[in-house]
Amino acid sequence: MPDDRYMLKLYVTDITPAIQRAIETLRNLCDDEMSGCYDFEVIDIRERPQLAEDERILAVPTLVKELPPPIRRLIGDLSDREKVLLGLDLLPSKQLG
Amino acid sequence: MPNDAYSPWQSDTSAGIPRLETGVPGVDDLTGGGIPLGRPTLVCGTSASGKTVFTVQFLAAGIEKCDSPGVFVAFEETPDDVRENMAGFGWDIPAWEARGRWRFVSAGLMPDEEEQLVNGNFNLEGLRVRIRYAVEKAGAKRVALDSLAALFTRFPDPGTVRRELFRMTSMLKEMNVTSLLTTELLQAHGDVTRFEVEEYVADAVIMLRNHPSVVRRRRTIEVLKLRGGAHSTGEHAFSISSGGIHVTPIGSMTLDQPSTNRRVSSGSKELDDMCSGGFFQDSVTIVSGATGAGKTLTAMQFLKGAAEAGDKALFLGFEESRPQLVRNAASWGIDLEAMEQNDRLRIYCQLPESVSLEQHLVSIQRAIDQFQPQRIVVDSITAMKRVAAIDRYRDFVLGLTSLIKTRQIAGLYTSTTDDLYGVTTVTEQNISTLTDAIILLRYVELDSGVARGLTVLKMRGSAHDKSIRRFEITGEGMKIGEPFNTPSGILGARVTDE
Repeated sequence: MPDDRYMLKLYVTDITPAIQRAIETLRNLCDDEMSGCYDFEVIDIRERPQLAEDERILAVPTLVKELPPPIRRLIGDLSDREKVLLGLDLLPSKQLG
Repeated sequence: MPNDAYSPWQSDTSAGIPRLETGVPGVDDLTGGGIPLGRPTLVCGTSASGKTVFTVQFLAAGIEKCDSPGVFVAFEETPDDVRENMAGFGWDIPAWEARGRWRFVSAGLMPDEEEQLVNGNFNLEGLRVRIRYAVEKAGAKRVALDSLAALFTRFPDPGTVRRELFRMTSMLKEMNVTSLLTTELLQAHGDVTRFEVEEYVADAVIMLRNHPSVVRRRRTIEVLKLRGGAHSTGEHAFSISSGGIHVTPIGSMTLDQPSTNRRVSSGSKELDDMCSGGFFQDSVTIVSGATGAGKTLTAMQFLKGAAEAGDKALFLGFEESRPQLVRNAASWGIDLEAMEQNDRLRIYCQLPESVSLEQHLVSIQRAIDQFQPQRIVVDSITAMKRVAAIDRYRDFVLGLTSLIKTRQIAGLYTSTTDDLYGVTTVTEQNISTLTDAIILLRYVELDSGVARGLTVLKMRGSAHDKSIRRFEITGEGMKIGEPFNTPSGILGARVTDE
């Protein structure tokens, strides 16, 4: 169902080991929590600065959950899985369910 | 850097870092030629001290005067707010944007954005990439960031933000753009910025302050630090008006004023004789006296002298209305309206209270620039004392005097004294050292009654008649008669009429 579909964008400048880990964390988390029903895009803002402009990105990495609403932004290399879930509004529903 | 071979009184742009003229009136005088070229300058100020106006004006001057594009990084206000707020200063930002001369980097929160959640390490490379992108797109040479304080409130860990700012100023230097970064001062007189960022942008620091005052707020600017260059020290007053910020540097002008030997007529032959041939062209004369002693008449006589010599004169009246002036002058046989019609005279009558002293000074400068007079009369300078504290009044007189002298104008101020007979007043102690000549108009007590007396108390760079002359006001203007018989007394107020 389109309403359940997640759209996540991760804005980065360099794929450092920390970022690589963050991407893996995210993929795992999406597979676990979103039943694979998601789009996930990694955007290198050095290559596409206009996208950073449009989204007003200051800090990298920044993860933006565009769908479903509300829009959420997380800054940092996502080292804490629990906080990522919280930031994406995933933890409460999991607890309720 | 060789910096042992310059006089602190000269700008040493050759010995230090090359400068870029900001184009903000007065600031380039204060800094001795501008801010460091290709480097960041920090602009600190308390809230509402004019930081945003200053940075926008810096970019505007680049566009208007050198067709040099600019980038404005807006942290606190939205670009729409900036466009709207700055339109009142005559800066048409949308038009510059359309011509590719101005670019915004919008660095505030998105409208729908909530507090950002931070999870793990981050850096501000996103901001740097965007600034670099905007600078390259616009071909910008000037960049403004307003204000860094927002970064500290938005992101945790000040240490991280400082490190990221340091990287940002390094990038700005590497791109060879001249940048202004604003930040907040905690209070007007602690020189401590809220987030201790000076060391990262240490090439130059400019402070803007907004002092509370009894009558009006007083704005000042101070160049706190300018690496590799002499600069004017201390706080200098500035105003913000329709054209933006206007600084009146005090002291930076007074030292190197040219001096001429050209004399101008006071409009009275006798007075000219007393001054050994008239006033100097680039000098300021004070005419001091109690109410009714003949100060305005002396000023009118000076205007008449200007008209007869073919000089243009500017009259700045702060006490009487225009019709009053014209009527009084007519009763002394002086036709001001005819002088105006011949474009030899302009009269501006203003209440001292109408605007701040700094603003008066800016307006006077504008009037001088427009009319290009050879003479100026201020009637009376002491009226300005009503509207400001004594140090601000002194700054005003100093600024005006510097202005008059650098333009090689002959100035005459009238000064109202409170006592009828004495010589010194607090007022004159405050301003007499700034002027070149002092003429006293005093009532002289005689055994037979009271008469008017006139004496030239001081005449810098020239001999003068030191006697006290009898002085009368007639239908043909002022009449200066013979000296009183007893050559002492006007200063002590008593003359024995024998």
